[in-house]
Amino acid sequence: MYKYDQWDQAMVDARVAEFRDQCQRRIEGKLTEDQFKPLRLMNGLYLQLHAYMLRVAIPYGTLSGAQMRALGDIADKFDRKYGHFTTRQNIQYNWIKLEDAGDILAALAKVEMHAIQTSGNCIRNISSDHFAGAAADEVVDPRPYAELLRQWSSFHPEFSYLPRKFKFAVIASETDRAAMRLHDIGINIVRNDAGELGAAFYVGGGMGRTPMIAPLINGFVPLDRLITYAEACLRVYNRYGRRDNKYKARIKILVHELGAEEYTRQVEEEFALLLAQNIEPPFAELERIRTYFEDPAFAADAPDELDRSDPDFAVWSDRNTHPHKAPGYVSAVISLKPVGGIPGDATADQMRLMADLAGEYSFDECRVTHTQNIVLPHVRKADLFALWQKLEAAGLGTPNLDQVGDIIACPGLDYCSLANARSIPIAQQISQRFAANGKGEILGELKLKISGCINACGHHHAGHIGILGVDKKGVENYQLSLGGSEAEDTSLGKITGRGFDEAGIVDAVETSVDVYLAQRQNGERFLDTYRRIGMEPFKEALYG
Amino acid sequence: MKILTGNDLKTGAVTWWDGSGWSLYVDDAVDVGDGGDAIIAREESARRINAPYEIEAEKTQSGVRPAHIKDRIRGLGPTVRPDLTLKPGDPNAVREVI
Ligand code: SF4
Repeated sequence: MYKYDQWDQAMVDARVAEFRDQCQRRIEGKLTEDQFKPLRLMNGLYLQLHAYMLRVAIPYGTLSGAQMRALGDIADKFDRKYGHFTTRQNIQYNWIKLEDAGDILAALAKVEMHAIQTSGNCIRNISSDHFAGAAADEVVDPRPYAELLRQWSSFHPEFSYLPRKFKFAVIASETDRAAMRLHDIGINIVRNDAGELGAAFYVGGGMGRTPMIAPLINGFVPLDRLITYAEACLRVYNRYGRRDNKYKARIKILVHELGAEEYTRQVEEEFALLLAQNIEPPFAELERIRTYFEDPAFAADAPDELDRSDPDFAVWSDRNTHPHKAPGYVSAVISLKPVGGIPGDATADQMRLMADLAGEYSFDECRVTHTQNIVLPHVRKADLFALWQKLEAAGLGTPNLDQVGDIIACPGLDYCSLANARSIPIAQQISQRFAANGKGEILGELKLKISGCINACGHHHAGHIGILGVDKKGVENYQLSLGGSEAEDTSLGKITGRGFDEAGIVDAVETSVDVYLAQRQNGERFLDTYRRIGMEPFKEALYG
Repeated sequence: MKILTGNDLKTGAVTWWDGSGWSLYVDDAVDVGDGGDAIIAREESARRINAPYEIEAEKTQSGVRPAHIKDRIRGLGPTVRPDLTLKPGDPNAVREVI
């Protein structure tokens, strides 16, 4: 894992002191809310429905055991003993007091964490594949490149006031586990025919009000030009992005309006200018960063067999593990989606337990997934049963990865001041419904995603089944969409028709699933069947 | 009726104007008539409240009911964590705000 050097630590410590002072001045009335709001947002402190909310950055979703433990301790000491892991691989605390904000940031800084750039029109936390550095199918560990981009984008003066917020994802495999093409810039590290590594740049994707899939604008940027090319992409956006209209200010609108070809031409022109200015950090810096991401000392003789004699364990290990590049190891996914639970929430005790388990079984590392689960990336198969038993005992052993119960749900109207409708109760009812009727067991992969408003933090556009909460004359209403995907076969869901009330949307999901069960062929997933038969049979069943 | 709400500056807690100060309980909210703007200006400059605003509500037999569901949820707490609401022992509390 990356470790702060003296400069990283000095920057973060200075920011803690500065924000502590700003909070104090606000409390003393020396700053008005209008003056203070942009300052608190730059430090991840929002005012939500019930209290201040603090969003903490977890770069590319990677955490050490000590960091996870600190997150649990903060939940215990400063919040109401829980936190919420988000679709940006971050954590949010829902019940923060302004007078505690400085102490919380200081506690975070002690474990090399912060909340900088988790809000505002800047480059936000960079997300990545949650199996990075472990996955059997990756070309290379993408995190050193994500870290380089993090350092470049932190406090970047030119990009602190972009037309809108800006999100990167960096992956390094054909399989996309990070919704890469639904980011402002998605980077896939690839190897060319000559065996060299380069970065494929996809620019102008996103969800929200106007969802778009990012087009490929350059299939191979040499890695010693990575930052220069990113800078060129941002410069064109910063110059021409629509600052006049908040709803048209994301880069996806610029790329769409200019056309991918013209946007690319302008980026290449800017790139040529920047190359002459030699802004790329020395390659030695990338090499330095890379040393922090070297493989842990995997046991060469780790046994590859798994004792599957316990049937419950067998189900969990089939569903909740992912192939590892080292023989005898797997990545284990801890579901934060118990039946009827709140997706992404973890108690302080659960966080501390996961920290302990990371230390005991996974070289002290864990990951946050954009699907709001936690990964222990490097677990010996020989240890898997013992790990599962401990997870089970703590209510963390739900075997539902990528199943209908593994629902992404944003905080919605239970917490979020921008929401139109509640997301979490819908997720709870759907997971309970499919657990009770037994259909959850026979569905296979089904990705269900719920957002409480058009901002789409719950990725509903990319759900095999997506649900969007809307406000219908002061009453919660839910639109259903089908056919989205955020994997390598990225697609945007289509709305089925008129919306449903709270009870109706749960029935509508079951009706859609029944159409799939009646029509599926040869082990098709829900998404495959939908793509083969189209929307009509679903509409017919839903609306008659 | 028109009532005022905001968040406590230091704690962020949801509060309601009760005629002389800010209460945690929506049922304490009073009708401010046309005087809302003046109270907001005065209270904001006295630093007792953050981001206050005026909303419509009605007085019912069981208390004060904000017109919009968002403010009703603010008045109670998250419906998915009854234990963290202001009425943790009331099994009907969540149903009543929806
Ligand atoms: S999608 Fe809307 S309701 Fe949900 S967290 Fe984002 S802004 Fe809030």
